[in-house]
Amino acid sequence: MRKVYVDNAAATPLLPEVREAMMPYLGDIFGNPSSLHDWGDGAREAVGSAREQVAALIGASADEIIFTGSGTESNNFAVKGLALAQQTKGKHVVVSAVEHFSVLHSARTLEKLGFEVSEVPVDKHGMVDPNDVVRQMRKDTILVSIMHANGEVGTIEPIGDIAKITRERNIAFHTDAVATVGTIPVNVAELGADALSLAGNQFYGPKGVGALWLKKGVRIMPLLDGGIQEEGRRAGTENVSAIAGLGKAAELAKIHMADRMKRLAPLRDHLLRELPKRIERVVVTGHPQHRLPGHASFCVEFIEGESMLMLLNSKGIAVSSGSACTSRALKASHVLIAMGLSHEIAQGSILFTLGIDNTKEDMDYVLETMPPIVDRLRQMSPLYAKFSKTVKGGK
Amino acid sequence: MPVYSEKVMDHFTNPRNVGEIENPDGVGEVGNPVCGDMMTFYIKVKDDRLEDVKFKTFGCGAAIAVSSMVSEMAKGKTLDEAKKITPRSVADELEGLPKQKFHCSNLGAQALNKAIEDYLSKKKGEAKK
Repeated sequence: MRKVYVDNAAATPLLPEVREAMMPYLGDIFGNPSSLHDWGDGAREAVGSAREQVAALIGASADEIIFTGSGTESNNFAVKGLALAQQTKGKHVVVSAVEHFSVLHSARTLEKLGFEVSEVPVDKHGMVDPNDVVRQMRKDTILVSIMHANGEVGTIEPIGDIAKITRERNIAFHTDAVATVGTIPVNVAELGADALSLAGNQFYGPKGVGALWLKKGVRIMPLLDGGIQEEGRRAGTENVSAIAGLGKAAELAKIHMADRMKRLAPLRDHLLRELPKRIERVVVTGHPQHRLPGHASFCVEFIEGESMLMLLNSKGIAVSSGSACTSRALKASHVLIAMGLSHEIAQGSILFTLGIDNTKEDMDYVLETMPPIVDRLRQMSPLYAKFSKTVKGGK
Repeated sequence: MPVYSEKVMDHFTNPRNVGEIENPDGVGEVGNPVCGDMMTFYIKVKDDRLEDVKFKTFGCGAAIAVSSMVSEMAKGKTLDEAKKITPRSVADELEGLPKQKFHCSNLGAQALNKAIEDYLSKKKGEAKK
């Protein structure tokens, strides 16, 4: 059976070169980067060059990179750490309605600590309007956190325009760029943010490692207290092999980004164009133009995402869904709801995130496999029966 | 480790008794799309026995497997026997359901019961006439 992995937003495969770059630190070079002997030197060098590689990918300087354990940690660190460091200036924080839970739930924790949080809405494409950000600004606003791109619907947000607003008002601006760094060009100077989160397993690096870029001079309160690793901003012995892998993945992303984008975008467009042609009542979610190169997301009406996911899996295709049933919390995707979709339609969420291994044949296999699966589930669906009777006149 | 038992996967991939019954003796509908799952059960009754049971379900793998299992458990049973089918007994027959799915997707017994109630109230109505 053909195997088609199109769930790269969940995890990307580890490139062989990346694995290679990690191996020495799972072997002979096991020392602690804080140690002053030869064993420590090798590990410290690895962390140092990874810092250079990650910085080069986003146009930053190496001393602005703080390694963390994940994109989630980077987001927690930025939202809580920036707010707490600036609470004497004010206690108002602004986020968008479609942020990742690591930002939204961090904001919720801040509320419990006495902060106030405002949410910026999005339009039907999941896009933030910078004017809405302006509307949420208050005298006591100290932090704005809006993602660079949404991992669920692929929409790329107007970060540059939002940064202008925060800069004029001297407000700290963090952007969760987990979905974009390593995938599309990201340059911190051009974006104009003060802090930016990224994660390794989004661009063919290992899991369990991320980074926060923090602009020189911006104050932050550490989440983890302890030793002076990462200049005292993130204590704990470094995950050397994972950091080395992240560095290598960053280096490769920088070299191959243009080629990868050129390959992925036509495959994505093929899927976005063809799927709604082959299946009736399919909604494309996310922005038609401003979207991630490998990202195709849909809502299939009258059926539920998890059952689609499982039947696709039985045909060798790996996808994601934002349906309530798929989430452990049994709640529909907050992203789709914020975009104004009904719970009923959000239930049919299905998400294809393509990676560098995917081919045109993979897309054709998906396009061939999907319609009978949808049809089969619709034959079981009371909602489709009602639709057929009323709209189609009892066909 | 897979999330679902083999039995759940079997009933999900090969659901028994999917469909509608023309002129059913009873219909039971539970759930709503907001919470995720919706099930409609149709029954045909003869001599107080469930001669036929069919269903339509909008929902996850567990919801579909539950519906299929309930239909299989109920078919051929007397109404009194069928009413004794509970979410617990359905889950047991399916060799377990993930914890978070137990309440949300395990609506089959309730839908069947509603269909039986529907049949009984119709019968009562006719008896009065």
